Amino acid sequence: MKQSLKRFRSLLVTTATMFALVGCGNSAAPAPQQSTPAAQPPTPSNPNIILATTTSTQDSGLLDVLIPEFEKKTGYHVKTVAVGTGQALAMGEKGEADVLLTHAPSSEKKLVDNQTVINYQLVAHNDFILVGPPSDPAKIKGMKTAVEAFKAIANSKSTFISRGDNSGTDKMEKSLWKTANIQPKGASWYQESGQGMGQTLNVTSDKGGYTLTDRATYLAQKKNLNLDILVEGEKSLLNIYHVMQVNPDKFPKVNKEGAKAFDDFMVAPDTQKMIGDFGKDKFGQALFFPDAGKKMEDLGK
Amino acid sequence: MDLIWQGLLKAFHILVTGDPEVMQITLLTLKISGIVTLLSILIGVPLGTFLALFQFPGRRFLFSVINTSMGLPPVVAGVWITIFLWRSGPLGYLGLLYTPTAIIIAQFVIATPIIIGLTSAAIQQTDPKMHLQIRALGATRFQYLWFLLKETRYSLLGAVIAGFGRVVAEVGASMMVGGNIKGDTRVLTTATMLEVSKGNFDVAIALSIILAILSYIVTLWFTFVQQRNRGGGSYDYGTKY
Repeated sequence: MKQSLKRFRSLLVTTATMFALVGCGNSAAPAPQQSTPAAQPPTPSNPNIILATTTSTQDSGLLDVLIPEFEKKTGYHVKTVAVGTGQALAMGEKGEADVLLTHAPSSEKKLVDNQTVINYQLVAHNDFILVGPPSDPAKIKGMKTAVEAFKAIANSKSTFISRGDNSGTDKMEKSLWKTANIQPKGASWYQESGQGMGQTLNVTSDKGGYTLTDRATYLAQKKNLNLDILVEGEKSLLNIYHVMQVNPDKFPKVNKEGAKAFDDFMVAPDTQKMIGDFGKDKFGQALFFPDAGKKMEDLGK
Repeated sequence: MDLIWQGLLKAFHILVTGDPEVMQITLLTLKISGIVTLLSILIGVPLGTFLALFQFPGRRFLFSVINTSMGLPPVVAGVWITIFLWRSGPLGYLGLLYTPTAIIIAQFVIATPIIIGLTSAAIQQTDPKMHLQIRALGATRFQYLWFLLKETRYSLLGAVIAGFGRVVAEVGASMMVGGNIKGDTRVLTTATMLEVSKGNFDVAIALSIILAILSYIVTLWFTFVQQRNRGGGSYDYGTKY
């Protein structure tokens, strides 16, 4: 009995040691980017920035290119929270993020007008496209406008997958249905995935349905999808990305300097060039078109 | 089929080359699950023992709360902890949202009721006559508790395995309070979700395999410890007999 007690005790000790070892494995807060001492980045007093952005910038891989560059240059550490534009803007409205990168100009306008965000700058655009199965049951291929195509989809009761998550793409889709004067919600052919663009494309491909997507995410995932581009090139289908700082006067906890640094970085000439080049090597075409300094009205001309 | 094959190859490649990002994610997963399991044992076992042994008003109600919390959906914990940790929330001044600590807090809330519930169940299952006997033999209170825990050690390890399993598999709360931030709070489950969103199914398969292996190794180790002293049966590892 004494022996087994000893054994049990040793068992407890090993358990504790194991956890302690694991705990100490990579001590304290992980500091992943320790660059070479030769090129010391500046050390800001408040180094963490929360960037709330849309899933497309993350799922397409663009942020994986831009963020390390920004961190190297400025010494800030970006915490990227990739959610739908709706949630990203809501985080801005509550002061839970420092800087936003989103793509729903009409919703963003409210935040600009009531001064929730400042330093509102055009970053880049690409476009929304309507994709669907190669068999194209609603016969929309080659149609000139998305609204026309939406009407055909509704009339033929072909499966349409909506994001349903209040994201930028979702907002665009809803406005197109509105223009088409159709109320798809509740119809049996209209389904909501409730997920990001990447996952929604997977669902759409699997169900042989139609969906509205940004071009970047579609191209990045094309290899897995049984979906073709059916309607594209309409000017109202532009997908426009803006960067903005959450107003530090309204939310004192916001990282003002960090947010400004990121805002400036996104429109700097070097960054703009990186955005324009992104994806060319992998997909044979650009996924985003840099637009810093342009006016929104002039895009797509 | 092709895809599964690609995924297996990718997993093998990552394991052999020791891809630094995946290694960092794996270590973080192990670290968070380890810390949470340890903390939930430290808090859960004494509380579970107390609940099992002492009568007090509201005890039944407390049991019902604990039993419900054992099945607490992680997203429920996730939403509430997010709201509390927001900058505008009551604990916002701590600045914990989107840090590994936030994930640890969420996982702790999820795992501890399991440890409490299973501990008290184990102790309540012991023969009441044994309790009398230990006391009759003149054991001090500490000796008494120690003996009880020792008697129930197999069930307790079972509780620990259940707690660890729950934590290492959890994704919803980790995503919400951690934010799935690269290099910071990305763990194996959230990384797998992201790779699926990106359409990198081979990487997703590889990550899922790594997670399964990790979970298996740790559970295997716990099982080994649990069954070591038992002897006999199909779990005879030959240490004793």
